[in-house]
Amino acid sequence: MSELIMATGNKAVAAAAKMAKPVVVAAYPITPQTEIIETIADYVASGEMDARYIPVESEHSAMTACIGASITGVRVFTATSSHGLLYMHEMLHWAAGARLPIVMGQVNRTLAPGWNIWAEHSDALSQRDTGWLQVYVSTVQEAYDTTLMAFRIAEDNRVLLPVMINMDGFLLSHIMQPYEMTEPGDFIPPLNLPQKIDVNDPKGYGAMSPSNVHYQFRFDMEKAMRASRTVINETEAEFAKRFGRVYKPIDEYLTEDADVVIVALGTLGKEAEVAADLLRKEGIKAGVMRIRWLRPFPLDMNIKGKDLVVIDRDYSFGFGGVVAGEIQAKYPDAKIARIIAGIGGQEVTYEDMAEFVRNRKMGTEFWFGIPQEEQ
Amino acid sequence: MYEIRIHSRGGQGGVTAARMMASAAVKDGKFATACPFYGAERRGAPIVSFVRIDDKPVRIYSQIKKPDMIIVLDPTVMDTVDVLDGLKEGGKIFINTHDDISFPPGFKVSRVDLTGIALREDLIVSGSPILNTPVIGALARLGLFTRESGVKAITETFTDPRNTNAARAAYDEVII
Amino acid sequence: MTEIPKEEMILKCPSTCAGCGSLLALRYILKAAGKDTILVIPACCNSVIQGVYPYMLHTVPVYNIAFAASAACASGMSEALRATGQKTNVIVYAGDGGTADIGIQALSGALERGEDFLYICYDNEAYGNTGMQRSGATPLGAITTTTPNGKTVNKKDLDRIIEAHNLPYQATASSSYPADIYNKVKKALTIPGPKFIHILAPCPPGWRIPSEKTVEIGKMAVRSGIWVLWEKEYDKFTISAPSRAAMKKPAPVIDYLKAQGRFRKVDEKTAAVIQANIDKNLKKIALEAAQSEENQ
Repeated sequence: MSELIMATGNKAVAAAAKMAKPVVVAAYPITPQTEIIETIADYVASGEMDARYIPVESEHSAMTACIGASITGVRVFTATSSHGLLYMHEMLHWAAGARLPIVMGQVNRTLAPGWNIWAEHSDALSQRDTGWLQVYVSTVQEAYDTTLMAFRIAEDNRVLLPVMINMDGFLLSHIMQPYEMTEPGDFIPPLNLPQKIDVNDPKGYGAMSPSNVHYQFRFDMEKAMRASRTVINETEAEFAKRFGRVYKPIDEYLTEDADVVIVALGTLGKEAEVAADLLRKEGIKAGVMRIRWLRPFPLDMNIKGKDLVVIDRDYSFGFGGVVAGEIQAKYPDAKIARIIAGIGGQEVTYEDMAEFVRNRKMGTEFWFGIPQEEQ
Repeated sequence: MYEIRIHSRGGQGGVTAARMMASAAVKDGKFATACPFYGAERRGAPIVSFVRIDDKPVRIYSQIKKPDMIIVLDPTVMDTVDVLDGLKEGGKIFINTHDDISFPPGFKVSRVDLTGIALREDLIVSGSPILNTPVIGALARLGLFTRESGVKAITETFTDPRNTNAARAAYDEVII
Repeated sequence: MTEIPKEEMILKCPSTCAGCGSLLALRYILKAAGKDTILVIPACCNSVIQGVYPYMLHTVPVYNIAFAASAACASGMSEALRATGQKTNVIVYAGDGGTADIGIQALSGALERGEDFLYICYDNEAYGNTGMQRSGATPLGAITTTTPNGKTVNKKDLDRIIEAHNLPYQATASSSYPADIYNKVKKALTIPGPKFIHILAPCPPGWRIPSEKTVEIGKMAVRSGIWVLWEKEYDKFTISAPSRAAMKKPAPVIDYLKAQGRFRKVDEKTAAVIQANIDKNLKKIALEAAQSEENQ
């Protein structure tokens, strides 16, 4: 086994991006993503990475520059967080609609006003309709591995949709864990973008698309999303075969005989395993489902007969937690206790999560930290 | 699992110390994580970093509430920060100090004059003595990781021999 | 001799780095503006300097807004105030990032529309709040975390871009000359319409200078001519006294560069380019001032 390196989640994502050999990186700094782009700037300055680094003047321009580069048929990478992601919102839609396999590191951070740089998933979840694939990681190794896989998945000609790798702000972006910086070899094949610009075969891109055809383009995007489920499974299987580390769209822990399952994204989903261990000692058959790929949404969750305690580190005002809402929509018979926790970096420990399970009231919503009489 | 909280000030290299500690533990075959806790991260402000060492992967991301050990790289933070907060009964305290600072009973205290060693070994950058490499030597002596791993953790980032010299001096001069 | 009010409108214990050039400037800006003032602050160092809920550093209202948007926010605010007969000063206090880069679109729009507000950019020549990444205002040769070998392109000439909007008042200033800041802000606030002041604000951690050298470095910038203090009221262009003095015999810029860690990778060739740029710019400014005098 090759040597383990201590690195932050940010550094691991940057290292994976380097391994993928993008030709253009266009990015704008925002806490807690800055280390990703500073590391890439260092790689480029030292010659370790042969890419054009464009220090754009805003995130809207970052995504637009990535789109411009990508349509020429080259691999691109960028990273952002929170308000940066929101600022590029219209271009996120554009990138997906243009069917460009852009890969982006996304560090989950809450939204202002009230400036707050801490972890929350509302930033990425509020972009879930854009046509981007979204995956949520929970360890430094996973951040590295998933970024490598993201390029292969995005660029697969059955997909050709952009991929966002989500990583909890500070909780994963800034902590150091040991990981193996595996050389991918030819795991990421060369990019062959079918629609790339070719002056010898000139085409128009994104011109007027009238009402009798536009919906067909949109359906094509959905077809690609559906196909991506297969591509993700194939890619993860190939990764396991070559490099020995197994990933699945949902990371399941002690779920087989579980009566109650904690469902969460990111680091909460990993720390929930410690809660499950604790609960098992008390005789409660608890398990964890850490959803990794949220887009495309998992349609084969094995939740029959189990209580779900879904922790949403996000909120859709006037509706409820996004993850709980989506699970309920796709699994109408699901029994869910909806927990809202971790907003704005609110600390949630494995002990808190165990309490959520012990005190669960199925079919209700509970905002962690808000007094009962105000709920 | 062994949990360590490091108290220092912004700009003193507390975060790098945490990384080297975790790296040394990993070289010993353990799993370790290091996390800085970012408050207002300005030059001179008190900060904490956390290190967790275990034989299996650490799955906890929340802050360390009940450390097994605290490290105080800059004793002046004790003017505004309660460094003993949550420290387990019988827990270890390691402090960078020239004097004999007293703590309430029930803890195992050890100390080294890291600042003095750094100044002596001319381990100074931009006018400030470097504390994060010497502390690795002291912590090896306290058994957090082996000496060899400590040296490797230092040299993978800092090749200037003054760093390992200071670490060796700290190893020898730990007062328990 | 200017009579500067003693009252501070900034309370004690701000969350600045030691030696912050930006807060030094803001003290004098607020003394000049007085209580009937609203500060609009986009994401920048001054967002953090304000302190953490429930504490507040300033004794005037401060409206925090998204990074790209300060000039647009000020526009809306100003229009509403004037529509309801209120003369309250609307002052944007933004960093160079939120002005020259991500904020320039909103700024240009607000200036072109002739909105009644004062936009002050404090320039620490990088994105200070997020850890010193390069901005368009980062000078040639400066090391930042995203230009590890030194910036290879010139500082964006923000002032000439602003000049193209032909404002009733535009000026440059420096936190090393607080009385000059006070006078310029006081004058600006008597003039209706869009006003712009660009202040050089040395940043000790970012520029890699000792915390106590802020004022000295700022003065070196003026003496070398790399930063020129001036005022423009429509076509009337006046060079301010410290720069008039400096322009008689500008100090070699190499001393200014050598005093800062961020310029440590500047080689002879780049230093020569920097000096040449200054020489060219000073000629241009001298000409502009002379022509302006002729036209008055």
